Amino acid sequence: MMKKRQWAAAIGAGLLAATPVWAAKTLSVCTEASPEGFDIAQYDSAVTQDAAGETLYERLVEFKRGATSVEPGLAEKWTISKDGLTYTFNLRKGVKFHTTEYFKPSRNFNADDVVFSFLRMIDKNHPWYKQAANGFPYATGMEFPDLVKSVEKVDDYTVKITLTRQEAPFLADLAMGFASIMSAEYAAQLDKAGKQQDLNLKPVGTGPFVLKSYQKDAMVRYSANAEYWRGKAKVDSLVFAITPDPNVRQQRVKAGECQIALYPKPDQVEALKADKNITVGSLATLYTGYIAPNVEKPFLKDKKFRQALAYSFDKQGFIKSIFGGNAKPAVTVLPPTMWSSTTEKLKERSADLEKAKKLVKESGYDGSEIKIWARVGGLFDSKRAAEMLQADWAKIGVKVSVQQMEWGELLKRSGKGEHDITILGWAGDNGDPDNFFTPNLSCDAYKSGGNRSRWCNKDFDKVLADARLETDQKKRTKLYEKAQQIVYDEVPWIPTVHMIAFVAQRKNVSGFVQSPFMTNNFYTVDLK
Amino acid sequence: MFNFILRRIAVVIPTFLGITVLAFALIHMIPGDPVLVMVGERRLDPEFYRQAMQRLGLDQPLYMQYLHYLQKLVSGNLGESLVTHEPVMAEFLKLFPATVELSICAMLFAAVTGLAAGIVAANRRGTAVDHVVMGSALTGYSMPIFWWGLVLIMLFSVHLGWTPVSGRIDLEFDIPAVTGFMLIDTLLSGEEGAFASALSHLILPAIVLGTIPMAVIARMTRSSMLEVLREDYIRTARAKGLSPVRVVVVHALRNALVPVVTVIGLQVGTLLAGAVLTETIFSWPGIGKWLIDSISRRDYPVVQGGILLVATLIILVNLLVDILYGVINPRIRHAR
Repeated sequence: MMKKRQWAAAIGAGLLAATPVWAAKTLSVCTEASPEGFDIAQYDSAVTQDAAGETLYERLVEFKRGATSVEPGLAEKWTISKDGLTYTFNLRKGVKFHTTEYFKPSRNFNADDVVFSFLRMIDKNHPWYKQAANGFPYATGMEFPDLVKSVEKVDDYTVKITLTRQEAPFLADLAMGFASIMSAEYAAQLDKAGKQQDLNLKPVGTGPFVLKSYQKDAMVRYSANAEYWRGKAKVDSLVFAITPDPNVRQQRVKAGECQIALYPKPDQVEALKADKNITVGSLATLYTGYIAPNVEKPFLKDKKFRQALAYSFDKQGFIKSIFGGNAKPAVTVLPPTMWSSTTEKLKERSADLEKAKKLVKESGYDGSEIKIWARVGGLFDSKRAAEMLQADWAKIGVKVSVQQMEWGELLKRSGKGEHDITILGWAGDNGDPDNFFTPNLSCDAYKSGGNRSRWCNKDFDKVLADARLETDQKKRTKLYEKAQQIVYDEVPWIPTVHMIAFVAQRKNVSGFVQSPFMTNNFYTVDLK
Repeated sequence: MFNFILRRIAVVIPTFLGITVLAFALIHMIPGDPVLVMVGERRLDPEFYRQAMQRLGLDQPLYMQYLHYLQKLVSGNLGESLVTHEPVMAEFLKLFPATVELSICAMLFAAVTGLAAGIVAANRRGTAVDHVVMGSALTGYSMPIFWWGLVLIMLFSVHLGWTPVSGRIDLEFDIPAVTGFMLIDTLLSGEEGAFASALSHLILPAIVLGTIPMAVIARMTRSSMLEVLREDYIRTARAKGLSPVRVVVVHALRNALVPVVTVIGLQVGTLLAGAVLTETIFSWPGIGKWLIDSISRRDYPVVQGGILLVATLIILVNLLVDILYGVINPRIRHAR
């Protein structure tokens, strides 16, 4: 008996010995998935953005921490020519690329790196263009190959980018992950060794952290970049503990295995707040959920019918049921935190059944069945959302059926306009209003399939075009307000919610600032 | 014995071919393709789409893609991931040891507790002990893995703080992967506390993954034992005055084990299927999670290669069980 007890005690002691004794300031963050790779320009997921764009790399300009405005990054300052076509960037001196086991930089960051980083994405004849096995989905999506005419080195610390047309959001585009600056010297080294794919596996950047090791589906380890030009990060090392299940992320932060757990589900927030060791941060994101009626389909082509659908939609009930109350009702396309949003000016249409009934009658709706397509998976339960709409619209006599569909299939078929109604959402990623309108509601997007309302309005398109060419923000604001009014009147979108992103952190964590872009940067984080 | 093995292997070849067709057809039947998934809601440039499909070799007719796939397969090449562009085999070999390690521990747990529970229940047939053990086995068998995992985490990791919540090892340890088996690698690394940390991380996932096989083994052991305990030679053994333990362990158990070994072999499939969920709950970097991610990203070569490798493994284990069965029961070996 004694022996058994001793044995049990020995095991117990062994397990206790395994309790972590943290190395000097290691910040562990429970993240949701593995990065797809580290060459950020080849991927567009938020996870890769965090694991590469926010840790390893930097850009000419950066989004201000926690905001959507742009501030200097690797470029100290810049000038824009009067015609809005030429951007001249003065580069920061003394910025060092990471020194790693596989690369020892012989020079500091300079104009060659900027030219390399852009040309490989836009010049089809550039030797590195074909090396990107995934291509450059973001740069292509943002039309960079057509938009950027040239990227030239003026001298070692001056770069000139010339555009083919005026593009007001261009500067904000440059703060996005895909515009990260890579080392041309490292690329040349890889070229020489015939190891071009290592650019994606063994990254070198100028960012606050250096990649130490990566185990797929387990963890990404970084050490603080001691030579970082803004000064070394406050923590010595950073670990992304890849934890796909949000319930488990919640438990890990409670148990102290992670100091920060990203994206708890809205319905977990209350339980987390109840834990005295944890604080829950929240931030309204640049996300607008919307219902997209296909305006080419019978009845849905009548704006009165679409307005009726908007009036009979119980938004508050929707938020309560689908988001556990943790989302903001959306009135217009642009989230309230974005400049030129008319959230305060427009009247909420939700839940006015009398008016809705009147409008349905006027539209001549004959009781035909309308299908809602809901996706599988996603940020919220789309099927349940569709069922709520079904119940709401039944109250005004509109017959609706719900069909759940796999995400890729839904995108493909709704892009061709095969749907009646679908439920979608859009997260802005450069802080510019155009980033919401052009990809989703322009006539160009109608042609390319991104406009899932199949709504092409020439007046609206003109407003967008004028706003893109205008560089005066006040004038742009007026134009985007007008654009929102048109969308409000014509109802090609029925906005549903602006999402709130949550982050759970232990009380000993300080200095973490959430970003409205739902990206996460840990440079300023400290541990007590 | 040699002929017996040859006969079994001959059956395996058409099974392999069937699996390649099935794996290929199933993943290509799912709507969507890798490029569409990659681009998501963003603007899809038709030229970019065409180039990407061409680059990935997806612009060719399906039968051509299948033939290319088979051609590569014959030379032992499973292709490259469409997302990471690493060879499928290399990715598999990196992640597979984690699944094997977890599965072995789960099977150990299942076999030891299952056998013990089955033996006890059979010996106490009809008593409260029997009902409790078999009731627990039925509960274990019908337990949703996801829920069971979370319950154990909440109880043992969060409330009691006895075990870690998830992962393979505490984040403070950066153990280089030599064999890929964390228990072995931690020993090789010589880092103090690393082995114990790895072991403590295995406890909950092994229990969760081993619960269903344990229940199956317990029920099988019980019924098999009950049958054997009724045999004349057991009565003889008892009449000879052998101790009850000797009767059960030496005389009954050995003969009762034949069907139990088959069941244990069959449970390997259950383990690998269960690993998909268990790995997700416990953030365990194994092949289950890898396959699920690949399906959602339409990473065709990974799904095809992964399914083929897993199927191969199950076939091999079953082959091994057949052979082992022949060893335990010579009548099977000689059957024509």
